[in-house]
Amino acid sequence: MTEDMTAAAIARAVNAGERKATDVLDEAYERIAATETDLGAYLQLTHDLARAQAARVDARIAAGEHLPLAGVPLALKDNMCYIGTRTTCGSKMLENWVAPYDATAVRRMLDAGAVPVGKTNMDEFAMGSSCENSALGVTRNPYDRERVPGGSSGGSAATVGAGHVPLSLGSDTGGSIREPAAFCNVVGFKPTYGRISRYGLIAFASSLDQIGPFARTVEDAALAYDVMAGFDRMDATTVDRPVEPTATALRTDLKGLRIGLVREFDPSALGTEIAALYKRSYDELKDLGATLVDVELPTAEYGLATYYLIAPAECSSNLSRFDGVRYGLRVPGATVGEMYENTRAAGFGPEVKRRILIGTYALSSGYYDAYYVKAQKARTRVAEDFARAFASCDLIASPAASSPAFRFNAKSDPYSMYLMDYYTIPMSLAGLPSLSVPCGAVTPDDGGRAMPMGLQLVAPLFGEQLLLGAAHAYERATGHANALAAVTA
Amino acid sequence: MASDGIDVRYVAKLARLALTDTELEQYGTQLGALLEHVSVLQKLDTDTIAATAQVIEARNVDRDDLVLPGLDHAAVMAGAPDPQHGFFRVPRIIASEG
Repeated sequence: MTEDMTAAAIARAVNAGERKATDVLDEAYERIAATETDLGAYLQLTHDLARAQAARVDARIAAGEHLPLAGVPLALKDNMCYIGTRTTCGSKMLENWVAPYDATAVRRMLDAGAVPVGKTNMDEFAMGSSCENSALGVTRNPYDRERVPGGSSGGSAATVGAGHVPLSLGSDTGGSIREPAAFCNVVGFKPTYGRISRYGLIAFASSLDQIGPFARTVEDAALAYDVMAGFDRMDATTVDRPVEPTATALRTDLKGLRIGLVREFDPSALGTEIAALYKRSYDELKDLGATLVDVELPTAEYGLATYYLIAPAECSSNLSRFDGVRYGLRVPGATVGEMYENTRAAGFGPEVKRRILIGTYALSSGYYDAYYVKAQKARTRVAEDFARAFASCDLIASPAASSPAFRFNAKSDPYSMYLMDYYTIPMSLAGLPSLSVPCGAVTPDDGGRAMPMGLQLVAPLFGEQLLLGAAHAYERATGHANALAAVTA
Repeated sequence: MASDGIDVRYVAKLARLALTDTELEQYGTQLGALLEHVSVLQKLDTDTIAATAQVIEARNVDRDDLVLPGLDHAAVMAGAPDPQHGFFRVPRIIASEG
């Protein structure tokens, strides 16, 4: 990626009158056209809406306005409502459903001058770690078409990784931004739970879901966060407290920072090449002035089990609204009950059904205390562990995923797919802001091209300024993302 | 924590999912395996621990009773599978098992 293609550079040039948003948009669509056929990042391209928005931005700049994301091409995960666009969640259930309103995050990006170019592919209802659970299309990895882009926000990661657009939005429930970011050699950032409004984000697990950006640079992710963050009266779980600006508070070193390495996340469990990669990453943090300290998360091993009770429980409740009455698909039945059952049988794919079943079971009479309440208590223990760890460090560093991008159909056993989020789920349970920043590449166990890996950084609740600041210092000093080139042919 | 087999047919009924016999068997096996994995939680002592529903402190919020515009009615109904006269039409409910 050239410097003039970052969101920051585009906004600067458009604000200065040196470039037109409409020209920037045309160039983005040219790049998309060149590689999208075999990449499959998008479920739809929104040419007409994009041209109208770009023209609006140019008119506002001509009228003397300054917009933080003036003319920046943006991709939206297809679980976010953008008025007039199909919003499918990668599901047959909503294949033809058109959003009648804008998500707050989308609205704020539009107001800031961003230009959405299309809606990206995703695991159905954001359930998955490879994009393979989409019912509507296949997305491939920009660095190796034989491999998955990660998920659930796979399309949003792939389009930024391929250099189509500088910025996209995803959602992260247990790692759905951080893992695909690692797989696609981009920055992926999940803010503190409650920092960005979920209004207009079609719900999966409401106590965990959080919107966040993908970008080629930490600065661009920070710009997007600054635009989206903050209280929204349409989402009662957004936090009503001032947002510290992040894009203007980026750091160039890590002096004075204590960075915790989690004993339970020892990368030597991931093989010698990956272990060596993370050892180098941790040394790079040290070279930038950080003090590395050991911390413990004794409940880390319970994260996955806790998550796979809480998230399905919330999903089974949230997805009960898809019953053939108000939105999308309906399959007839002799009675209204049969209509519900037939609609849901035809509309949902296997992974969604699995999670609805496990969640329904965990919430059912006689099992509620043993599963759901137990998991909520375990969640308290996980959050307490992090609070204890952050008493002795400012940030935590760990792998973002346990391997580089894997081949299609490599994880046919559901649990082996769930394990991909081992390193990201505990932070989600605790609501912590965390991101993945490119940290190099390794040769996958099954051979082929070297594939990107991500370093996860984690901050205490509301520590976005420190988190993005530190990630920027790491990115600028190491430049790992630039050492790999996406496949363009 | 109970680890005896799940009655998938009963759970599917609760979840309003019509499943084929093949699916019932397949999901029964998969959910049984998942419950084995999550049974690790039994090792974790939570006797004196409060449950966390969500991590950010939330309290009840009052707001002014303002009249604000709602969603565009026609746009909302356009997404419904069987709208009629501005309503959602459903199969007959009375005299069905509902």
